[in-house]
Amino acid sequence: MSPLKVLNSDSTAVPVVCWSCAVAHNESTLFCTACSKVQPPPGVDYFQVFNLPRHLQIDLASLEQEFHKLSRKLHPDRFARATEAEREFSLADTALINDAYRTLRDPVRRTEYLLKLEGEEIGEEHAGHNTGNAERTSRVPADLLEEVFELNMQLDELREGDQKDPALLSEVGAAGEKFSGMLNELDGNLQHQWALWDDGDAATRTAAQKQMVALLDRRR
Amino acid sequence: MAEGRVVGIDLGTTNSLIAYMQGDSPVVIPGVDGSNLVPSIVALDPMPADGSRPTVTVGNTARKALIETPERVIYSVKRLMGRGVSEVQAELKLFPFRLAADVDAANPNEVPRIQLGEMTFTPPEVSAYILRQLKRNAERFFGAPVTQAVITVPAYFNDAQRQATKDAGRMAGLEVLRLVNEPTAAALAYGLDREKEGVIAVYDFGGGTFDISILKLKDGIFEVLATNGDTHLGGDDIDNLLLAIALDEIRNDYGIDLRPHADAVQALRKAVIEAKIELSFKDTTHFDIELPNGTRYQREIPRAVFEDLIKPILERTAVPCKQVIADAGINPEEIGEVVLVGGSTRIPAVRRQVDAIFHLSTRGKKPHTELNPDEVVALGAAVQAEILGGSAKSTEDMLLLDVTPLSLGIEALGGVVARIIPRNSTIPASATEHFTTGVDGQTNVAIHVLQGERELATDCRSLARFDLKGIPPMSAGMPRIEVKFLIAADGILHVSAREQRSGKEAQIEVKPTYGLTDEQVESMILDSFDNAEADFAKRLLIEARLEAETILAAVERAPQHPAWQKLTEDEKLTIDALKSVLQIVSTGEDANVIRSATVSLDQATRRFAELMMEEAVTSAIRGKTMDKAGEDLGDEIQAPHPMAAAEFK
Repeated sequence: MSPLKVLNSDSTAVPVVCWSCAVAHNESTLFCTACSKVQPPPGVDYFQVFNLPRHLQIDLASLEQEFHKLSRKLHPDRFARATEAEREFSLADTALINDAYRTLRDPVRRTEYLLKLEGEEIGEEHAGHNTGNAERTSRVPADLLEEVFELNMQLDELREGDQKDPALLSEVGAAGEKFSGMLNELDGNLQHQWALWDDGDAATRTAAQKQMVALLDRRR
Repeated sequence: MAEGRVVGIDLGTTNSLIAYMQGDSPVVIPGVDGSNLVPSIVALDPMPADGSRPTVTVGNTARKALIETPERVIYSVKRLMGRGVSEVQAELKLFPFRLAADVDAANPNEVPRIQLGEMTFTPPEVSAYILRQLKRNAERFFGAPVTQAVITVPAYFNDAQRQATKDAGRMAGLEVLRLVNEPTAAALAYGLDREKEGVIAVYDFGGGTFDISILKLKDGIFEVLATNGDTHLGGDDIDNLLLAIALDEIRNDYGIDLRPHADAVQALRKAVIEAKIELSFKDTTHFDIELPNGTRYQREIPRAVFEDLIKPILERTAVPCKQVIADAGINPEEIGEVVLVGGSTRIPAVRRQVDAIFHLSTRGKKPHTELNPDEVVALGAAVQAEILGGSAKSTEDMLLLDVTPLSLGIEALGGVVARIIPRNSTIPASATEHFTTGVDGQTNVAIHVLQGERELATDCRSLARFDLKGIPPMSAGMPRIEVKFLIAADGILHVSAREQRSGKEAQIEVKPTYGLTDEQVESMILDSFDNAEADFAKRLLIEARLEAETILAAVERAPQHPAWQKLTEDEKLTIDALKSVLQIVSTGEDANVIRSATVSLDQATRRFAELMMEEAVTSAIRGKTMDKAGEDLGDEIQAPHPMAAAEFK
């Protein structure tokens, strides 16, 4: 029997005292501020992991830099010979920063994640099956991806072939324009809403939120 | 725990290697024979006459047995790792070894065992023998024990295949600190000596598997962007194809079906492989094999014909390449460098294909082949071992961020898969899912975990079924069970669960779909293997029968010896009677009965043995040397004397 799912989740409780030196620390820390030992994963959202405000316009280069910096410190490779507790914390913390980075660096995943934090429900009615909290991203552009893939193959055919087939060439060109046009339009709209959300007042935010939900639904 | 050296191991389909960091550079540790490559071949020596457990040999020594005793040899076992009975059965159609007769093919959860002579082995056990050999090579080299290792696996290996590899390490007495993906390891080996930045692709076409990975290198961080592959595509497939063609040709042109003759097939396979290798640097190769009827199978193969034959196989590598470029979200032009790994990349047609996929020559580029493609993965494993060992200056800024090759999902209503961790997620990666009950008072919830990219559960790889037990009885939909899925840095899945309303830790019973339980692995640890009771009983019976056969053969020859005439009629009758008894009981299953009958016959023939000795000494005194006397008497004087009292422990 397939189990039913409950939606939305609470954040987990966190100890506020360092397991190693017993100094009390800020809840959202990955390392103890006093003894710098690795701590169990804090109950924070993905934006907080990277010390970012809850904004949709993100500087990807500095996000990557921060991700690499944290990875260097937290990755299980750095704890291969540490105590069992530290290895466990390193594993859980690294999973958290990896999950956070995967979500935030992708515009669609980032938008979905933020909307969910804000209490919106995304794409449930389109899913066709109950996915609960499951990541939906890989399903998003399924047919689109296929078409793009087809396009790629046609492109390769053109590159490898000695003589260019004019029919194929124009077909590929048209498809390419169609796709990039569609995507640009959607992404342009999305980015416009990002700015409204990031900088707007409460009413603008709510409106932008609804717009983005609609846009994301169209993307599928 | 002893802070010993951590070694890097490439456990390959065809060859295996062990390497370590010597100062700032990785070095392969050679075996006793001086060779860096240990062929991944495991052979069971003939059952010793004293009935002790036959020795297992690995590598070049085992290779010799391939043609002499093909029924006692296993190779390419990596292709069987982490696979179910039916998959192994399909795979074995192309190999001379078979599943053990008592493997229940109808039970999908049974771990396949392979028949090797009079014994059977699971694929992880066979791999463990290879690992143990590598471990011994390293221990001999260092003069110190080696207990910790990094082992490489194909990037596209699924959870079960990874777990099977880890199990093999444990059986061989190795703590596997990390499984590393082979193409990633190769990138580490290449990235070590240069300050590199940019995007690289690693094209790894080995003996049994094909992997393609795209990595971004920045400030010592090796971040895998995407990986793809086929765990069932390699040089073996080329060999099998050529072999099948040759077998068909021999049957059609010479009327001989070699397939039932394991030794002839092996000889042909060897010739096919040699031809394949030769065609990488020659325009044509020549086949010349003696067939059982004395005629010769001779054939000329030009490279063009060979390339035509293998074209469909090479084309299969193009699909994962296109997918990985799409998944990485880049254009082929952004790939600055391509690294070639694996013996099959020596084939010129393969290099042309790589060139076409990545537009190399059109951009004035060449793939990297500076490091030996057979060794580069092991070298990279040694680098990763050093990173894990900590402390080393050369690797302190290096960090590998790898990904999971396949999406992780759970079966939802209607048998569809709900994806919870997408493929190409950086690992460790996690996902939290919430479950509840559908019926009032329900205390169990079953969860089916899958790996793969297809939409339906039946099309994906079943990883495990979990039973969430001990849920406090509540109305339907009330319990709130949080299940955390975590893919560790090895790519292996861990699951934990908690019922949140009652705060009870839900009990989880993990039933891996394929694979050995912890207890099974424990019982297969090589050093403790000798004590396995069933195995021991079987061994005793085999030993007892061998002893009986030896003495019966000697008694059979006895009347031809002059000493026989010196026995009384009574003695002769007793010997004959006891001989008949032993002949009958030795066909039975009771080792003890066979042994006591053997002892009785042996005691009855003791005086005959003494008489024979006298005879020999007399001939020697008659002016012959002992050597000569021995020759005259044939093999009977050679120690151990067949009539000498059998030694029973």
